Amino acid sequence: MLKILRYLRKKDLGLIFISLLFIATQVWLDLKMPDYMSEITRLVQTEGSEMGEIMSAGGKMLLCAFGSLIAAMIVGFMVAKVAASLSMRLREKVYDKTMSFSMEEINGFSTASLITRSTNDITQIQMCVAIGLQAIIKAPIMAVWAVVKIAGKGWEWTAATGGAVIVLILMLGSVIALAMPKFKSIQKLTDSLNRVARENLTGLRVVRAYHAEDYQEARFEKANDDLTKNHLFTSRTMAFMQPGMQLIMSGLGLAIYWIGTYLIDGAAGPDKLTLFSDMVVFSQYAMQVVLAFMLLTMTFIILPRVIVSAKRINEVLDTKTKIHDGKVTDSELYEQGEVEFRHVSFQYPDAEEYILHDISFTAHKGETVAFIGSTGSGKSTLINLVPRFYDATEGEVIVDGINVKNYTQEALHNKLGYVPQKAVMFNGTVTSNVTYGENGRAPAEKDDIIEAVSVAQAEEFVMKMDGTYDAKIAQGGTNVSGGQKQRLAIARAICRRPEIYVFDDSFSALDYKTDRILRKKLKETTNGATSLIVAQRIGTIMDADKIIVLDEGRVVGQGTHRELLKNCPVYLEIAESQLTKEEIANA
Amino acid sequence: MPKNEYKMGEYKKNNSSHGGPGGPGGAGGMTAGEKADDFGKAIGQLLSYCKKYLPFMLGAVILAAAGAILNIIGPNKLADITDLITEGLMTKIDVSAVVDICMLLVVLYVCGWAFSLIQGQIMAVITQRVSKTLRADISDKINRLPLRYFDSNSIGNTLSIVTNDVDTISQTMNQSMGTLVSALATFVGALVMMFYTNWIMAVAAIVASLLGFALMMVIISRSQKYFLRQQMELGAINGHIEETYAGHNVVKAYNGERHARKTFCEMNRRLYDSAWKSQFMSGLMQPLMAFVGNFGYVVVCIVGALLALNGHISFGVIVAFMMYVRQFTQPLSQLAQAATSLQSTAAACERVFEFLGEEEMEDEGHKTKALSNVKGNVEFKHVQFGYNEDKVIVKDFSVKAKAGQKIAIVGPTGAGKTTMVNLLMRFYETNSGDILIDGTPSKDVKRENLRSQFCMVLQDTWLFEGTIRENIVYSKEGVTDEQVIKACKAVGLHHYIMTLPHGYDTVLGDNASLSQGQKQLITIARAMIADAPILILDEATSSVDTRTEILIQNAMDKLMAGRTSFVIAHRLSTIRNSDLILVMKDGDIIESGNHEKLMEMGGFYADLYNSQFEEKEEAV
Repeated sequence: MLKILRYLRKKDLGLIFISLLFIATQVWLDLKMPDYMSEITRLVQTEGSEMGEIMSAGGKMLLCAFGSLIAAMIVGFMVAKVAASLSMRLREKVYDKTMSFSMEEINGFSTASLITRSTNDITQIQMCVAIGLQAIIKAPIMAVWAVVKIAGKGWEWTAATGGAVIVLILMLGSVIALAMPKFKSIQKLTDSLNRVARENLTGLRVVRAYHAEDYQEARFEKANDDLTKNHLFTSRTMAFMQPGMQLIMSGLGLAIYWIGTYLIDGAAGPDKLTLFSDMVVFSQYAMQVVLAFMLLTMTFIILPRVIVSAKRINEVLDTKTKIHDGKVTDSELYEQGEVEFRHVSFQYPDAEEYILHDISFTAHKGETVAFIGSTGSGKSTLINLVPRFYDATEGEVIVDGINVKNYTQEALHNKLGYVPQKAVMFNGTVTSNVTYGENGRAPAEKDDIIEAVSVAQAEEFVMKMDGTYDAKIAQGGTNVSGGQKQRLAIARAICRRPEIYVFDDSFSALDYKTDRILRKKLKETTNGATSLIVAQRIGTIMDADKIIVLDEGRVVGQGTHRELLKNCPVYLEIAESQLTKEEIANA
Repeated sequence: MPKNEYKMGEYKKNNSSHGGPGGPGGAGGMTAGEKADDFGKAIGQLLSYCKKYLPFMLGAVILAAAGAILNIIGPNKLADITDLITEGLMTKIDVSAVVDICMLLVVLYVCGWAFSLIQGQIMAVITQRVSKTLRADISDKINRLPLRYFDSNSIGNTLSIVTNDVDTISQTMNQSMGTLVSALATFVGALVMMFYTNWIMAVAAIVASLLGFALMMVIISRSQKYFLRQQMELGAINGHIEETYAGHNVVKAYNGERHARKTFCEMNRRLYDSAWKSQFMSGLMQPLMAFVGNFGYVVVCIVGALLALNGHISFGVIVAFMMYVRQFTQPLSQLAQAATSLQSTAAACERVFEFLGEEEMEDEGHKTKALSNVKGNVEFKHVQFGYNEDKVIVKDFSVKAKAGQKIAIVGPTGAGKTTMVNLLMRFYETNSGDILIDGTPSKDVKRENLRSQFCMVLQDTWLFEGTIRENIVYSKEGVTDEQVIKACKAVGLHHYIMTLPHGYDTVLGDNASLSQGQKQLITIARAMIADAPILILDEATSSVDTRTEILIQNAMDKLMAGRTSFVIAHRLSTIRNSDLILVMKDGDIIESGNHEKLMEMGGFYADLYNSQFEEKEEAV
């Protein structure tokens, strides 16, 4: 938590310091008020008081109250500013950091966890700073000041107040100690209830097909039971708190009066009146002391949660990015569109074994090179080395004659048109999705967009959408189908007019026919561009200039479809599972 | 990149506030409450839902009111002590009278404590029981609603009803009910006592408090605006973070960082603006309340003193009023807060009861016909169907399949191949026409009876968190271990399962990860255990490696043996040697027949089939 606070700027610290002064002022005014209150009480109770005196005492008290209100407003204003600006800066820092991460760091955290860290955790910090800051500063000041004021006015009263505070802390402490562990498991139990319900909903057809409704309900019942028991315990425990606090407060008030009666009774003549007004004032201050401790305890309840959040944010901020920019921004001198792998091996961090072993091949300008192999053969990993999502552990990945590590990432990415396995859509329009990003040239013209969309075989459905090219695409592309998303993602790559296309299994969501037409059109329009294609279906890659067959991270075959059928058993095995005998024979 | 699998919207489920250790009073105080369309109706529904507990609730209300009344009496007695002491200042204090009052007060305080404690316990128990039954009823309801409902409503929505909405209801029931009642009782009590004591001072106190209150209401309504804005900005920026993180590789590869960052900074700036404003506004509540209290106090003192000087009232009245005015202003703010939280409860209630009120599947209690010893003859007879009443997609379809035949369903993506599954299993009802199983219309038997004639393997393999055995046996009763092992051997999974730490008792969850292919094999084993005469099979295995694919193919062949099989086909071999091929396009079945016949027709099927080889021919 303290580490997070170093992100406060000088200006914020200044604001905090100023609010410290105002909080002190507020406490002073708050503690001043009982004095006037007792004066009013005294005046009202003394016969023959002047109306003017009461008015002036009342006016002073009102002034105090108003001053306290103003001070509180100023403090509230500053604290709100500090909290919001701290959270704004943290959010920006975490976001920037995450954007600079490579896949390695992203996967290390997992996307979902990074999202929570950038959103919920930061909101937690903001809440804590906004509420906690005031409480943490105010409560001790109030407690100490009030104690100083009442000290020496009678040890009996002080002892009673001390006793009340101890009882209060004991009660709050035991309630929290009892309820805390259960509070912690609430999230887990809620998640498990959620999971069972989610499973039921996602598998609705299976549940009904197997007539398993009762089975599901029994599982839900169990999760529901666990959750309810836990909730019941916490809310019953917490129900002790409010009445308990009430009792302590009223009890303390009563005790002070009770003790006071004996004190006053035992005192000599003139001391009696002093003791009496002391008692009235004391009871007010005692309440303030108790309130201050209550405030502090409450802060300790929210603190653990915030500390966890702070730790999670720090983890992100303290992570070092492994991939650094090179210096090359231009490679005009060399042939455009050549990709070469020289003895590349790759190992995921923390993995025991290499996933790619000694891969070497060259894709010349204008060639289509395809990669095929079973899952886990490393074909996606291989292709991810080209845009530097990861860096090769050994060997070199060379684009246009220069090692990818020597480019600035921006320059490297300007050469590439990458289409991932799972199409990614952004909140916006068809056009904004197709023209997404920058490629170091002028933004795409309307004609370019139309052409890209038509090559990607997306024109038909785009024209049917409401608003055609300006049609809304929802976040995550939830309003278009999987195949449509994939085609828009391909259009995005085409619109970029890259030297090198990188298709990471981008065609599998399309049916055979669309797949075939799309690739034919692509070939016509991207004449001269190099394509690297990862595929599952033989049909997609049969006509590639070079097919590289991967098995357990090694190249086991390299050549054209026909060559491989003859001399690569792994390729033949794949072909046999997808094509009929005649089709293979006809090749 | 399996670790990076991330579904959009996933994180939102963690986003709901789960009360947490905020405890009573919580933090923040005000939230941007949503409003129900019909507040009274929603709360009424909730009350009638709690019918069983109404007597207890009434008890809790009485206890809360009693506690509040004790609260009003308390300060009065304290004032009596003050009076006794002041009277005795000059002479001798009547200590025994003071002690008497003190003893009485101890009794009152302890009673008040007991009352509110009991009230709290009653409400806690009722609240949790009600939320539990609500959740159970919703889960029940899920299984009685037609699939149509879920195809047109997102899973997220339904889930949010089970968790967030029920949570909201339980939180307010627990906290607001007690506060509301005692606040109301205190408020009314103080009001009555004030007027009873002195009406001029009562009016003065009320006017003073209301003045302060009007000011507060203005601030609340203004801050509400900022709260809504903050909520919106927060939603927007979270959405942006979500999509750029989830699409990180695309953002990188397309050099979209600069743009993403720019959008982010703009959003962040706007969020900051609304965040500090709403934070500031909500922070004002507390000091304002204190000020209103102090203001009322001073006004009462001054007016009281004025009256006392003129001899209209005694000093005791002023002292009493000092207490009353506090008791009058405090519940006002509590009432205001309870009102906002009740609003969001009403909104949650509305959603929950709307869901519980959704039309269920038709009751089939009266159907006496039942299918037994089914051979597996299936006939479509003039079937007409549309997902919407006015848009018929399957127009008059008739075909016969004999027991043991293999029927392939083919068509491009999005052609509506699942429609066939929906109709066969009666997930949806036909508009007109019948599907006959061994000559009996499927409509004439109960759904469970019909479905128990089918076993089903779908493309998106569905497994739940439980042991492998539980996943395979699933809802079928009386399955022996031998049967499970036999099925797993048949699909070629037995060996692998035995290598797992707990064998068949290994829990499938985050830790025990099966490959996509192995998951599919488990669902095939599940279908084998179900052992029904008719099979529905979705054979897509796009993300499975070649060897597992062969394994799956073999397992599916075994499963199909001796069963009438409806296969959503993606593989040429399946399509070519099936007895009947149904070709679908745009939702309708446009061609049917066997491979040779369809190729001869030279229609859509021939086109589709040939398209796979054109390229190769070009290459040759």
